Amino acid sequence: MPANPARQTTEVLSNTDFDHRDLDWYIDRGVQILVFLGGISAIVFILGIFIFITKEGLGFILEDFSFREFLFSPTWRPTSELKETYGILALVAGTASVTGLAMLVAIPFSLGTAIFIAEFVDGKTREYLKVTVELLAAIPSVVWGFIGLSIMNPLIIDVFDVPVGLNVLNAGIILGLMAAPIMTSIAEDALKAVPDRYREAAEAMGATHWQVIYKVVLPAAKNGLLGAVLLGVGRGFGETMAVLMATGHSINIPTSVFDSVRALTATIAAELGETAVGSPHYQALFTIGVFLFVITFCINLTADLIVRGIRKE
Amino acid sequence: MLRDGSVKAMPGLNHHTNARSAPVAIRTRDLNLWYGQFQALFDVNLNIKRGIITALIGPSGCGKTTLLRSVNRINERIDGVRTTGTIEVMDEDIYASGVELLQVRKQIGMVFQRPNPLPISIRDNVLFGYRIHTPKETLRHSDEDAIVEQALRQVLLWDEVKDSLHKKATGLSLEKQQKLCIARLLPVKPEVLLMDEPCSALDPKGTEAVEELIWELRGDYSILIVTHNMAQARRASDECIFMLLGKVIEHTATDKMFVTPDRPETADYIEGRYG
Ligand SMILES: Nc1ncnc2c1ncn2[C@@H]1O[C@H](COP(=O)(O)OP(=O)(O)OP(=O)(O)O)[C@@H](O)[C@H]1O
Ligand SMILES: [Mg+2]
Repeated sequence: MPANPARQTTEVLSNTDFDHRDLDWYIDRGVQILVFLGGISAIVFILGIFIFITKEGLGFILEDFSFREFLFSPTWRPTSELKETYGILALVAGTASVTGLAMLVAIPFSLGTAIFIAEFVDGKTREYLKVTVELLAAIPSVVWGFIGLSIMNPLIIDVFDVPVGLNVLNAGIILGLMAAPIMTSIAEDALKAVPDRYREAAEAMGATHWQVIYKVVLPAAKNGLLGAVLLGVGRGFGETMAVLMATGHSINIPTSVFDSVRALTATIAAELGETAVGSPHYQALFTIGVFLFVITFCINLTADLIVRGIRKE
Repeated sequence: MLRDGSVKAMPGLNHHTNARSAPVAIRTRDLNLWYGQFQALFDVNLNIKRGIITALIGPSGCGKTTLLRSVNRINERIDGVRTTGTIEVMDEDIYASGVELLQVRKQIGMVFQRPNPLPISIRDNVLFGYRIHTPKETLRHSDEDAIVEQALRQVLLWDEVKDSLHKKATGLSLEKQQKLCIARLLPVKPEVLLMDEPCSALDPKGTEAVEELIWELRGDYSILIVTHNMAQARRASDECIFMLLGKVIEHTATDKMFVTPDRPETADYIEGRYG
């Protein structure tokens, strides 16, 4: 980058001004550097966060950590007087059951909506529907949690005649509705990415609208649709607030959808504020963070690779 | 090459009613078509005969594709398309109200300008139309192998793909894709084949191969083929229709059109004065 200042001073009057740098040159440079910093900042932050949570959890992993207890004990009792137990099995079961139920709710919902928007409506109606779906995706999770608490809870108690309405069913439905918009949006993109000439070819052979969809469009879009589902799963694992409010937050390996459970994320959110920094409990919570980070990272990476796969084809 | 040179052109007329009146595959009556406000076809009257190859030529934008696409009503996919007049295919009015669109399209196979095999296996491509149009009760898997083989043999593709029937069709070369697009029409036994510049995406070798194949199909099907390529029209058609600005200018035997066209516009075009 540094030019030759000596030459510049000696040849001020030269009219072959090849090393002249005007303002535009500096602006261009400056913007390049800014954009570069912006570009790598995401990676830097991700790495930074990962290193931070790993470091905070490290003491626990190195000292008190028993791999078996952590993964396979259903007892999470970090504040016990007798013996602290840090088993996340029940929490994993809570997260998994809620996420699983959420997907049962969200997949038919989002695929149906996506197929409707992509294949059955066009023009203005499609634009309105897409905007609506995107608005739904923007509802804050605490609002969903609130709906879980104040609407779903009494409703479940009423309809199913159970003592508590804050359970897997409640959280699963809430989380499913939450994840559906983003899944719809991605699934719709995947359907739209199927070239129109495939539809035209099938129609020209006399296929009905539905035959075109299920024999041509859905198979052609299947990777993108799978990607949409996986992103929904990732969302389910990572969601905290709504799940904290709707699950009942009690440690349990659920045997029915009416059992209250507690999620991994909700545990961190609820307990981290009350632990002494650096204590085993504090470190154990960070270890849960590492665990969540790794799982969501794997899910999102898989989803991304799958979605990327369709683009290449 | 056998050519039926019996057609007499009648100067000054847009359409030609052949005195000997061979059976007609496609008959259009006062066909007009609009894309929104824009009129793309003007009073098209044609009698396209059965069992021969009819080429449709004309400068870019004259409405060749539009005319072809109205014959299987695939134009209706586009918003704002309005049609008046009638089209009869094998003596049936395909725009009549009682007509089942899917049956129309079964009778009329279409080959597109850009090869468009479906992103499924070669075998499934060949069987696509067959599976759609065969009632579930009579659909037998044991027949399928024979159908696939026969269709692919007819398009001279069998030997090249018989070991990769389960591979994706979209991975084939363009020439093979286009042959496959023809092959998949055959199992439903259409009467008419419409082809929109089927060779324009192919290299000279592929063009020759596909042209040869089309010539092979002559007689079993009534073929209407759009082409930009004068030499191709001349080599590979029995009759020729020349269009200009949405109107049919001349419809006559290919031999005659290229030697002594009736209309000055045709002569100008054939000699390359429209580009
Ligand atoms: N979807 C459409 N909407 C509006 N106008 C159209 C549409 N498709 C075609 N046209 C117009 O109709 C006219 C005829 O088009 P068409 O595609 O039939 O021509 P063509 O003879 O097939 O041309 P080419 O040789 O370039 O393929 C053109 O002027 C074209 O601009
Ligand atoms: Mg065209």
